[in-house]
Amino acid sequence: MITADAVTKRYPEGREALRDVSFEITAGEMVFLTGHSGAGKSTLFRLLAAIERPTSGSIVINGQNLSALRRNAIPYLRRKLGLIFQDQKLLFDRSVLDNVLLPLAIVGHPARDSLRRAQAALAKVGLTNREKTMPIALSGGEQQRLAIARAVVNRPVIILADEPTANLDAASAREIFAIFHAFQQVGVTVLIATHDPVDLPGVKARVLCLARGEMREDGNEATCAASAA
Amino acid sequence: MRRWLGQHLAALGDALRRLLAAPLNTFLSLLVIGVALTLPSAGWLALENVRQLIGDNPGVQQVSIFLNLDAEKRDIGEIESRLRAAKAGNWRFVAREEALRHLQASEGMAEIIASLPRNPLPDAFVFTPSSTQPEVLEQLARTFATWPKVAHVQLDSAWVHRLAALIRLGRLVLLLLGVLFAGALVTITFNTIRLQIFAQAAEIEVARLIGATDAYIQRPLHYFGMLQGAFGGLCAALLVTLGFQLLTPAVAELARLYGSNFTMRGLTASDVALLAAIGGSLGWLGAKISVLTHLRRFA
Repeated sequence: MITADAVTKRYPEGREALRDVSFEITAGEMVFLTGHSGAGKSTLFRLLAAIERPTSGSIVINGQNLSALRRNAIPYLRRKLGLIFQDQKLLFDRSVLDNVLLPLAIVGHPARDSLRRAQAALAKVGLTNREKTMPIALSGGEQQRLAIARAVVNRPVIILADEPTANLDAASAREIFAIFHAFQQVGVTVLIATHDPVDLPGVKARVLCLARGEMREDGNEATCAASAA
Repeated sequence: MRRWLGQHLAALGDALRRLLAAPLNTFLSLLVIGVALTLPSAGWLALENVRQLIGDNPGVQQVSIFLNLDAEKRDIGEIESRLRAAKAGNWRFVAREEALRHLQASEGMAEIIASLPRNPLPDAFVFTPSSTQPEVLEQLARTFATWPKVAHVQLDSAWVHRLAALIRLGRLVLLLLGVLFAGALVTITFNTIRLQIFAQAAEIEVARLIGATDAYIQRPLHYFGMLQGAFGGLCAALLVTLGFQLLTPAVAELARLYGSNFTMRGLTASDVALLAAIGGSLGWLGAKISVLTHLRRFA
């Protein structure tokens, strides 16, 4: 579903954010991408979301090579991805429901079905009774759940999340991960970049570990933490 | 197709909502655009009225043939038969009594005429040539002058030429004015769309990130510019019509004093539609340019 092959990202000022990173994620997997801050997690997230392009190497998502993607094809790629940003990027000038309706409006989904779908997405993240609330009135955890609802309302095949639990307490973080796990259970491929993966009872997630721009470990969380230290 | 239509309707609705969301800004923009369009359209209307006043065809000219005061019925018949033989156009005979009556009907002339010992006006023919070629007319005038009992031949072409030249000049001035104010309208729209883009920066950025195409982002902005221009055009139509209403009594009074039943022509429904269409197109153009210039930073 996602294949990265010898991906290197060098910024104009000479800093190498990613060096020769390769990995493969198969459909339906749930993967944590971990590493210290500055290890290159967010860079990899931006490359996967086609916000930036790799300096060299190739990334293939859902059969599409991002390096060869034309600029006007990028929107159609992003519609297949559920993107959750570190700063959430909610729109504070409109209600919770309108935030979730935006991706449907973008693809031109019929209005009546849009409402039904948005409500279903909000139900999945436990925000059913907050439809008319403005995002500013939501707690941090609720805002993050709203961001997830917006990401999944278009029924993406892949969810990419960048530090979705960065500013949340342990309990809220656990809830967020549980939501991601629920999506994985119905066949969605989930990649979560986080410096702090939470152990969920009964969940066996694969862990990719980045350190200083290089892929160190591909296995379970314990070994990653050891090598990063 | 239905989805495409739905997206356009949604963009149109979005643009309308944004116009209504800032009523004061919208009002001021419409006023500025309206004033900018008022000058050229009022000028055009004035020119149209002048054209109508001097006749549908500014090329129609007349040759007045004044006879000697001592011309008799026989002489008049002679001239008439010569005119008939010339086959160069139509004519109308104006008897001196008729001319006097006509003059008496004019304001202030009755007393003057009453004080005259006898009718000072000659018999006359008003000749309307079928040709409008100046050379032909001058040739005709020269021929008429040689006929017996003809006192004076007046070719009313000089003032027509001058008037036609004036109208051409007026058109040119109007064209320049139109181009200037069209530029102003495009500039105004350019700026309001720039402000719209800055105001919507967050929304545009998010929409881009979650899969919005350029067309999706640009569409409401194009509609915004177009609606603003079209409403501005309607504003201009309103202003012109208002001015027209204020001028109508004065013009009617003036026309009455000149013994004319001329009535001014106002803006018709199709003129109003044309103004709105012109405003809309220019607004769309301004929005298009603004979008192309300012949306780059969201790439």
